[in-house]
Amino acid sequence: MRDVAIIGIGCTNFGELWDRSFRDLFVEAGLSAIEDSGIQGEEIDSMYVGNMSGGRFVEQEHIGSLIVDYAGLASNLHIPATRVEAACASGGLALRQAILSVASGYDNVVVAAGAEKMTDVGMDTATDALAAAADREWEGIMGATFPGLYAMIARLHMHTYGTTSEQLAAASVKNHHNGTMNPIAQFKNEISIDMVLNSNMVANPLHMFDCSPISDGASAVVVVAADIARKYTDIPVYVKASAQASGSISLHDRADITTLDASVVAGQRAYKMAGMTPDDIDMVEVHDCFTIAEICAIEDLGFFRKGDGGRATEAGETAIGGRIPVNTSGGLKACGHPVGATGIKQAVEITQQLRGTAGKRQVDGAEVGMTHNVGGSGGTAVVHIFSRNR
Amino acid sequence: MTVARFWRKIPHRYNLIGTRCTTCGEHYFPPRQMCPTCRREGKIEDHKFRGNGEVVTYTVIHTAAKGYEMQAPYNLAIIKLDEGPSLTGQVICRQDEMEIGMRVRSVFRKLGEESNKGMIYYGTKFIPE
Ligand SMILES: CC(C)(COP(=O)(O)OP(=O)(O)OC[C@H]1O[C@@H](n2cnc3c(N)ncnc32)[C@H](O)[C@@H]1OP(=O)(O)O)[C@@H](O)C(=O)NCCC(=O)NCCS
Ligand SMILES: [Zn+2]
Repeated sequence: MRDVAIIGIGCTNFGELWDRSFRDLFVEAGLSAIEDSGIQGEEIDSMYVGNMSGGRFVEQEHIGSLIVDYAGLASNLHIPATRVEAACASGGLALRQAILSVASGYDNVVVAAGAEKMTDVGMDTATDALAAAADREWEGIMGATFPGLYAMIARLHMHTYGTTSEQLAAASVKNHHNGTMNPIAQFKNEISIDMVLNSNMVANPLHMFDCSPISDGASAVVVVAADIARKYTDIPVYVKASAQASGSISLHDRADITTLDASVVAGQRAYKMAGMTPDDIDMVEVHDCFTIAEICAIEDLGFFRKGDGGRATEAGETAIGGRIPVNTSGGLKACGHPVGATGIKQAVEITQQLRGTAGKRQVDGAEVGMTHNVGGSGGTAVVHIFSRNR
Repeated sequence: MTVARFWRKIPHRYNLIGTRCTTCGEHYFPPRQMCPTCRREGKIEDHKFRGNGEVVTYTVIHTAAKGYEMQAPYNLAIIKLDEGPSLTGQVICRQDEMEIGMRVRSVFRKLGEESNKGMIYYGTKFIPE
């Protein structure tokens, strides 16, 4: 296998972008990644696109074709484009496919993109489209929603480990704070623990401010063989590990409801591949679709013992300047969660951190970063480790 | 969901019929045709569950799923059946009665409806034992 590096990144603003269409968004993200990398369109060997539900959100399938066409790479250059779907992990998986195609030696220059336009439909349709990430026949039809599934994880975590609503809220408050420093974030306002606890109950014990929002957005990265990376940039960001693991699609089939075992295994595979441990990671973007998901993630990835995630978050250990900064971008909660785009945006954030261009969010001395992207309630997990050093 | 799609699973939904692997003895609900432990060595047959079990965890859903708006807020739980497997289902009782570890048993009830198609889904819910 060949070493792989990220040489270009691009991201639209995330949010309710009523004046922008699905294709406007991915064209903007893709173009800025290509410009940032300095490659020419002719050099691109292939594209992978993460998109969860074009069919439900914008009544559009065949997303690979649409994207490559409107990126201006179809009619003349006929560049192959493949859509990748794993619910909210679609972006992370698209990135992984791009990395694998370069690592294998098949391609030299690949664009990995992610896009979702969720606000063109009503809230009930959006909720129903997201519920399709769970088992429709045995969870959805029983009345389960996505917030409802994570609420059941939260309830048991509280019962077993004494985690409190305030500790969950602390993850949201921290992520909103980080979001104030991220120009692309959907929410750039500070919030307080009380605001979280007083926001509408969505699925007990999760309030509205425990939930990631419904968002539009797109993001893209350019990955190349590490051997040619310095042709394009002075600071390539090297891929040290790309790992993926599966778990049961239904939450009720999990051995322990408070552990996403797909996250645990994807994490272990990534550490092994990189020859690293959690202590080597300087910051991590985790999949905080709900506050409890961030707590589980920092435990499942080995940063904290099972059950300690809530207390550690409340104590500020995951803030910028803390022991392990988590979600410097603002995470899914504050930066926004256009599902297909999220996994790529996480890599964009880590690349900025490793390049030292994260502005006010910059983690001092950032050398190694991790991304963690989850599909559904834990059916799919994708973990990447990136480093400034090859 | 189309009529055929729902109809296909009616015996399982109405009567809690799952499966059992006779090779290793494991019970499956929702039904599985492939035993994850024994895979091709497994021999699967139908199994009717008694419908008694225990609440592993729960939530009260306020922002309802599509077709369930009329029922909100409603209690949703993961229930571990006495035979072993766990499933997701609604529990009919007061919100403040819900508790981890509470004993429940299955009852036959309306699940939800699709207003545009006039379809009503029936199936299994749970009540305190
Ligand atoms: C939490 C949720 C139910 C709120 O939806 P809602 O009640 O319809 O909220 P509305 O769209 O009416 O928004 C009301 C206001 O709150 C804001 N808001 C909405 N969701 C928010 C959130 N999660 N956090 C903070 N603010 C939020 C809106 O911007 C809006 O503000 P405005 O009045 O200033 O415009 C919805 O965001 C949701 O379902 N989130 C989960 C998404 C999900 O499951 N993703 C997949 C996870 S894997
Ligand atoms: Zn078996």
